[in-house]
Amino acid sequence: MVKTITVALIGNPNTGKSSVFNSLTGLKQKVANYPGVTVEKKTGSFNINRTTDVQLIDLPGSYGLNTKSLDQSIVFDLLLNKNNKDFPDLVVIISDVENLKRNLLLFTQIKDLEIPSILAINMSDQLKLKGIEIDIKKLEQKLDTKIVLISAKKNEGFEELKNVITNYRNLSNKSIFNIREIDHEYFTNLNQTFPEQSLYKLWLLINQDINFSKIQRNTIETTGNFKTQTESYLKKLQQKETIKRYQWINNLLKETYSKDIAKVHGIRNKLDRILLHKFWGYAVFFSILLLIFQIIFDWSSIPMDFIDSTFVSISQSVKSGFPPGVFTNLISEGVLPGIAGVLIFIPQIALLFLFISILEQTGYMSRVVFLMDKTLKRFGLSGKSLIPLVSGVACAIPAVMSTRSIENWKERLITILVVPFMTCSARLPVYLILISIVIPNDKIFGIGYQSLTLLGLYILGFLMAILSSSILQLFIKSDNRSYLVLEMPDYRLPLTKNVLLNIWTKTKSFIVEAGKIIFAISILLWIFASTGPGDNFRNANQIVENQYSEINISEEDLELEVNAFRLENSYIGLLGKSIEPVISPLGYDWKIGIALITSFAAREVFVGTLSTIYSVGSENQDTIKTRMREEVKPDGSPIFNFASGLSLMIFYAFAMQCMSTLAIVKKETNSWKWPIIQLIFMTILAYFASLITYQILI
Amino acid sequence: MIGLNTLKKGDRAIIKDILIDQVPLALMEMGCLPGNELLILGLASKKGPIYLKVDQSHISIDIITASKVLVELK
Repeated sequence: MVKTITVALIGNPNTGKSSVFNSLTGLKQKVANYPGVTVEKKTGSFNINRTTDVQLIDLPGSYGLNTKSLDQSIVFDLLLNKNNKDFPDLVVIISDVENLKRNLLLFTQIKDLEIPSILAINMSDQLKLKGIEIDIKKLEQKLDTKIVLISAKKNEGFEELKNVITNYRNLSNKSIFNIREIDHEYFTNLNQTFPEQSLYKLWLLINQDINFSKIQRNTIETTGNFKTQTESYLKKLQQKETIKRYQWINNLLKETYSKDIAKVHGIRNKLDRILLHKFWGYAVFFSILLLIFQIIFDWSSIPMDFIDSTFVSISQSVKSGFPPGVFTNLISEGVLPGIAGVLIFIPQIALLFLFISILEQTGYMSRVVFLMDKTLKRFGLSGKSLIPLVSGVACAIPAVMSTRSIENWKERLITILVVPFMTCSARLPVYLILISIVIPNDKIFGIGYQSLTLLGLYILGFLMAILSSSILQLFIKSDNRSYLVLEMPDYRLPLTKNVLLNIWTKTKSFIVEAGKIIFAISILLWIFASTGPGDNFRNANQIVENQYSEINISEEDLELEVNAFRLENSYIGLLGKSIEPVISPLGYDWKIGIALITSFAAREVFVGTLSTIYSVGSENQDTIKTRMREEVKPDGSPIFNFASGLSLMIFYAFAMQCMSTLAIVKKETNSWKWPIIQLIFMTILAYFASLITYQILI
Repeated sequence: MIGLNTLKKGDRAIIKDILIDQVPLALMEMGCLPGNELLILGLASKKGPIYLKVDQSHISIDIITASKVLVELK
């Protein structure tokens, strides 16, 4: 029989905990230097031998158990609630060699929960380099635990770690710190009231104002003979606990840990001097952003064109190779363009996450927070809002989720509300295709107009986010002051494995989550474009032939006219036409209207929709770009000109065209109020901004 | 005793007291505790966050939180 051991992985942020998780499970997980990125509970599994499986839970990075935050509630529920199905058999605390002291604070707290615990010291390959010596034997003895030296980078020590995990029953589960030392009177009183309970667990419960376990809290509060203390008093006790624990740890480390100061390298100082410089720091940051966008633009176009043209030729061969009929049309005009519409984003998403993970893993992201905190505070945001804002460049959904690391509710709410203005990757295909059609492919000072336009759109999104947040901060009231307390991690080279895993996870989740919506809508679109109500649709042939009965027209042209007429009278054509009066002042026709409606589900559907609409009945299977370029108004001028192109880009820059984002905002704010406000505000803004753009440029 | 916010780059100081009601506990968990020595590594800008080293931790804290940490120059 196979037995499963449940193991929780916990540690300070920046200890390489996620790398350890990756090394053990091979499963997808993100490593970051920004505290709080690992908000979600991540699990993975691996088997040690034929009879032993391990379920590994990656808990959010944490400095101690006293911190009050949303992340912490996850840790609490898991470690204190024995009824939790994931209650661990043992906890592995990850430390890095340099910050052992700070990590031991967390270790002693976990140990006092009386759960078997292992201390795994990561980055052991740096021991010599940093001149650090640790007396493992003695430390093990004093901490009453097993210690394993590991290196996620060199993949060392994992066999031993697995070995210790297998034999976890031999580990001690005794507490090591006497909590009564903090305040004898208070804890004696507590013990008398609840003689059955573990004192430290009770103490943690009292301190948490999260409601992970209301019943237990209520017991404490309603018990008459136990005096509830003021928050201020409890906080003093918590400080005292921290001081006492550190004293205990200091004494311990004096005997077991030494560091040769002469071997301290000055990379941090040298890099900080430039990267945090009052002028050069910002110059470097904005240059990096510019470089990233230029690279995404340049590098993604080749694979995107490849995906596009590959699917065009597959569609063509399906159409010519299969017997004609509804099924063949469904495959070549509905399914294949639908799949292409999903796959075409992969190059950009992969590239973007390549850069985001490198910025995070090198430790640079924390420097950016440091640089930007004051500026962002002015707009009602926090320095920590920068991570969600930058992540919003990829996708608003993970970005909204990552706001959980912002402790202050007001700043968090504002960040959630403005993140969708950031240029997400779903806008990128819309922008790229419009830019390539309406912006000339010329250069100024070696930089293309096209990439400058793209950069401009990114800046526009950011400015609108900032502007909206400064308006929002006037309306959203809050009593709590916001804090920035942020670790500035060492600079590190990113681990290739982690970067690749991160890219893979993000791309996969895009394909699975957004892809199914895009695909489904593509099919639906094809169906609604191929069917229609009334006689006009059914008798399209007849009607058009009658119209042209007295004019000399070739067979082929007539067929095109029939198809256009049929599309106009299909369900989707009627829908697009019904909104045409509203959108024509923006420079759009009913076909674009259809794309606007369908892309409400997700912006990227825009390109796929146009592709489907234009390919319905069209014999020559050109690329989407060519088809869009060839679209003309009744007077023969192109639909996609400079004015309408920019107007469309502005519309997509500001409009909340994403159902999934609305869903996640509802989830994170726990009400429909905020997503609805967001939707109305953004749509109205987008409409009028596009209207003004088009009317000025035309 | 002066507030940590008044220090300049390169200053060394000993933490004397922390107005714990007004700062997050994470600050103390990172080693910012009375009796510990700190070194100011940098200031982002006027009224911007302060970058400091305390008890082996490198942290940055906003100026208001910094003003709740009372120190004595060394």
